[in-house]
Amino acid sequence: MSIMQYNGGSTIAMVGKDCVAIACDLRLGNQALGISSNFEKIFAMTERTYIGLPGLATDVTTLHEQLRYRLNMYTIKEERTMEPETFIHLVSSTLYEKRWGPYFIEPVLAGLQRMPGGSFRPFIASTDLIGCINFAKDFVVAGTASEKLFGVAEGLWEPDLAPEDLFETISQTLLNAVDRDAYSGWGAVVYVITEDKVIKRTLKGRMD
Amino acid sequence: MDISFALTGKGYVIVAADTTAARSIVKMKSDEDKIKVLSPHLLMAFSGEPGDTVNFAEYVERNLRLYHIRHTYALRPASAASWIRRSLAESLRSRSPYAVNLLLGGYDTATHTPELYWVDYMGTLTSVPFGAHGYGSYFALSLLDRYHDPEANLEEGLATLRRCIDEVSKRLVVSPGKYKVKVVDKDGVREIEL
Repeated sequence: MSIMQYNGGSTIAMVGKDCVAIACDLRLGNQALGISSNFEKIFAMTERTYIGLPGLATDVTTLHEQLRYRLNMYTIKEERTMEPETFIHLVSSTLYEKRWGPYFIEPVLAGLQRMPGGSFRPFIASTDLIGCINFAKDFVVAGTASEKLFGVAEGLWEPDLAPEDLFETISQTLLNAVDRDAYSGWGAVVYVITEDKVIKRTLKGRMD
Repeated sequence: MDISFALTGKGYVIVAADTTAARSIVKMKSDEDKIKVLSPHLLMAFSGEPGDTVNFAEYVERNLRLYHIRHTYALRPASAASWIRRSLAESLRSRSPYAVNLLLGGYDTATHTPELYWVDYMGTLTSVPFGAHGYGSYFALSLLDRYHDPEANLEEGLATLRRCIDEVSKRLVVSPGKYKVKVVDKDGVREIEL
């Protein structure tokens, strides 16, 4: 089995109307043995940028610490917060730096990009483990349940969903996809990001 | 392979580890202490590759002691766990990685909460209500899912631990005979005879 499936876990992000959502499961395992049902894979990088880091659990922590450090250095030097589109390039170059001994993580990013007029544009992206960026208009998935997530998301997602509808769509997509994957599940966390607030909800899931 | 368990309760963490030191099929020793006292309120059960385990445990012990001397106060459990995790994560991608798995049990004297961390040789760190390493984990985790109570007092916690140890003795082919049990709470660290 690949090192990418060793700890299990999945992440998904979706675009809505003037909002984005990102969600992950809470399982941490050692192959088939479950260790923890409280391992969050989504981290707040700025007020409006959230990143999900599914993959090898040691690298989840290491990469999060590394990205937090680089983002803080940028914030101090530039005296402004980083926009999601800039941030995904930072993620990409951080991963490509380790091209021949990579972090075993496939990041998923969701955020609101500040436009020149002061308005916000929904932005999502994902990369592979060596930093090849995928800019998507609808949804992005990663982790051990990614095939299932693609299938369910393809069926449930539609354009211009309002925040509450987007929450329902991403929650049902994740919950139903991870139920078909032995390495993901054990509860979930969903973030819905809008212009004025971010809502975090913890979902109960099947514990088998 | 070594077996270690740990569980939290109301104001305490119990850490237990077997006491056998074996080479191949031979028991070399049956009173080995595999739980290090890292600071007045921090315990660490270590298991894994013989040699690496004691070497790494002593490295951690000395560094946390140095921090204590330099700053006059010890690192809190979460910070100590973070530092130890980083040491393992850096070691993993080095020329000679440590193959050591840990259970870190501590009592945070600032927030008055018992804390338990599960750490493996790759540097995977997670906070858990109970945890185990080695073959014992296959038997104990399901028992602990059923019987663990975060609000249990020390007697109840030790009864739950005894259930785990008895189950391993009953079902595991190569079960160890003796365990060392240590507890950390607001009064610090102490050893308990089961």
